[in-house]
Amino acid sequence: MPRKEGVRKVTGQAQYVDDLQFPGMLHGATVRNPFRRGKIRGISFQPGVPWDEFTIVTAKDIPGQNYVALILNDQPFLADEITAHGEEAVVLLAHPDRYLVEEARRLVRIDVEALPCVDSLEDSIAKKEIIWGEDNIFKSYLMNKGDVDRGFAEADIVIEGEYETGAQEQLYIETNGMIAVANPHDGVTVWGSMQCPYYVHKALMPLFGLPPEKIRVIQMETGGGFGGKEEYPSMIAGHAALLAWKSGKPVKLIYDRAEDMTATTKRHPSRTRHRTGVTRDGKLVAMEIDFDIDGGAYATLSAVVLSRGAIHAAGPYSCPNVRIRSRAFATTYPPHGAFRGFGAPQSIFALERQMNKVASAVGLAPEEFRRRNFLHQGHTTATGQVIREKVDLDDLLFRALELSHYHHHRETFDRANATSRLKRGIGFATFMHGAGFTGSGEVALSSVVTVEATREGRVRILAASTEIGQGTNTIFSQIAADALNIDYSLIELAQPDTSTVPNSGPTVASRTAMVVGKLVEAACIGLKQILISSSLLSEAYSSQDFQRAAFDYVNQIGPLRASGEYKPPPNVFWNDETYQGDAYGAYAWAAYVAIVTVDPVTYEVHVDDFVAMQEVGKIIHPVLAMGQIEGGVAQAIGFALYERVMWNNGRMANGQMTNYIMPTSADLPPIRVFFAENPYAYGPSGAKGIGELPMDGVAPAILNAIEHATGVAFNQIPLVPELIMEGLLAR
Amino acid sequence: MRIKVNGIEHTIDAPPMSRLLDVLRDDLRLTGVKEGCGEGECGACSVLIDGELTNSCLVPLLQLEGASIITIEGVANHDQLHAVQQAFLDYGGAQCGICTPGMILAAMSLLETHPNPTLEQIKEGLAGNLCRCTGYMRIFEAVVHAVRT
Repeated sequence: MPRKEGVRKVTGQAQYVDDLQFPGMLHGATVRNPFRRGKIRGISFQPGVPWDEFTIVTAKDIPGQNYVALILNDQPFLADEITAHGEEAVVLLAHPDRYLVEEARRLVRIDVEALPCVDSLEDSIAKKEIIWGEDNIFKSYLMNKGDVDRGFAEADIVIEGEYETGAQEQLYIETNGMIAVANPHDGVTVWGSMQCPYYVHKALMPLFGLPPEKIRVIQMETGGGFGGKEEYPSMIAGHAALLAWKSGKPVKLIYDRAEDMTATTKRHPSRTRHRTGVTRDGKLVAMEIDFDIDGGAYATLSAVVLSRGAIHAAGPYSCPNVRIRSRAFATTYPPHGAFRGFGAPQSIFALERQMNKVASAVGLAPEEFRRRNFLHQGHTTATGQVIREKVDLDDLLFRALELSHYHHHRETFDRANATSRLKRGIGFATFMHGAGFTGSGEVALSSVVTVEATREGRVRILAASTEIGQGTNTIFSQIAADALNIDYSLIELAQPDTSTVPNSGPTVASRTAMVVGKLVEAACIGLKQILISSSLLSEAYSSQDFQRAAFDYVNQIGPLRASGEYKPPPNVFWNDETYQGDAYGAYAWAAYVAIVTVDPVTYEVHVDDFVAMQEVGKIIHPVLAMGQIEGGVAQAIGFALYERVMWNNGRMANGQMTNYIMPTSADLPPIRVFFAENPYAYGPSGAKGIGELPMDGVAPAILNAIEHATGVAFNQIPLVPELIMEGLLAR
Repeated sequence: MRIKVNGIEHTIDAPPMSRLLDVLRDDLRLTGVKEGCGEGECGACSVLIDGELTNSCLVPLLQLEGASIITIEGVANHDQLHAVQQAFLDYGGAQCGICTPGMILAAMSLLETHPNPTLEQIKEGLAGNLCRCTGYMRIFEAVVHAVRT
């Protein structure tokens, strides 16, 4: 099944936001706080450009409320009296000449009186300065299962560990951008690159004080997201719209690479502390986990990133006594945000390093230690969720080890490393990833999908779910074609446009195929029932019969539409107070194996082979599914080894592709992807979520392999050569 | 300044230091050429200049008198996709699509010099074009199959 919009993409015809031109369009630019946290004393405009030709917007020009509506509404569109971080927008400019607007940006002077900053998680925890609320804490959760203190009392051995992960830039190849048309009469319309049209819609309403029908958000072809276009596009849409509102002209605001990398969100840095109690025969009896993340200067999505990270922190293991304390802290960095995996890659990195440490402390091979503790059907997770579906981690791990010739390599590397210059190692990680919104999130979203038949008997899917490369258009079309039993080519996707598509929720959390896809299926079944009960279609029909029946229905009766609305699977229970219950409708399960070579002279690591074995329910489209896993593994190899955000005075200092290193085609190992299929009863055609899973287990598998190669336990990523040098020299 | 783009002669009236990328996108409205970084790292703006794969963000117009340029818009023969385009479509070489035009031109350029490339030659040949979606594996697969067709 070819990708639905594939021909447009391979011929260069696909329209991204920067490809649009409007008559009389201005180019916008954002002037940011040049210092760090502080009080804004004044703004001046230096001579050098014809300022009277420019549209200039500051916080004073905002017609409605100056906050980016999300969860806590603490982040302004434009800093007014106080600025919280060094990349915060203060002034907006627009002019017909995009080179002149760039020149003008350099001529705006913003005077800022410095206020104390909080440069690290440690300083924020220590309350060196209170910069947010009463204690710098955006959110905290405490999860308790069993009796942890008693568990430690029963343990024969207690092992502690501390683990850190760094910020990571999403680095979609299409930078962020928006075009806006706005005036008091027609309201506000924006076209742009985004994952979540209704997030942008929600943010623009209070900014302009306009009702929902006066705001229209249209998604253009989007060149990658990975979470980086979840919440930040609301900010850019607001800025473009404010400039359009004031100038009365269409305004295009496209970030260049440096601005996109330095100013927009990155993955939350994290620190995890583990204390694990085990019996002499290798059974987990107590897990105490402290998971802290750096949220940056505003709350944005930190509370939910923290939640997912905390819930995944104890992984796919059965332990009777678990306590997880998690906190998201404010610092004076630009806000960190959504990035594929959403907190789970951070906490799983820590866990899978810790599990190897515990295995070694009890004298068991890492695979044998895990086998003694895997979750099985009927067991409960850290949130007390009973695993009702069939899960076979033993089999996944066994197959992953076979496919990577794990035992053979382990032995041969051990022998060879004794004398060879290059050191080789093999390591693995086992993990799970929950699909869909956490806890009661999907119920709160109550997503809707509509399908309608055209007069020609084609079926159009109306959903707010966006195609960002992962294959939404293709998967939805397949699900619809299957449910309606008609040809794939008869299915069309409406462009996500809030004036025409219902709110099917954001395109995040590995929820699109599993949750929204199920709504596509339900809507299609409804559509079919309408035709059958109107006697225009019999129970057995061909694509042509369907087309004829749809044609007759539209002509004789009227519009032919049906909707699917979210209903939770039965017996799902979640308690937001205690953070106990069914955290996710379904989990994907996986075992990943990495082979590495470490050069003890240059301190470089190369990943030589990678096996990714997983169970994600039923595979809807094998090529797309493999592409999701391979792309995620590649991004996670970057997270583990290459992609280091260098901070200098609260700003990203390496905001260029030249010195922020993502993997190229020459850097990657063969990524060998395997699926074990186990249909999920509540997913469309049995599918579960897939998109985030591959981000989770790669970094710990690689660091476990590096420990095998070198004998040194590295517990910090990105593990760049400088850190390897330190570790090897300290040996 | 006269240049030939996708077989058609154009006279361009733009400042001599204009980036070829902007001339193609703004003056000729060939928006299949993408800007990913503006500093020659990502390859999204790749075009063929007299057959040579080049980052159009790094080339000023003044160097191009009489040059013949191929962009992604000039690759298919009307509705008939080029073998490389078809292979990208069939084997999942395109996901979000933003690197795809440059990547396809890079693959074509590679196949000009190495009609039967090894995997190592494919990896090297495409290393100047960054893709964040695919992990490159489906792209390698597409190139291998384009050779066979």
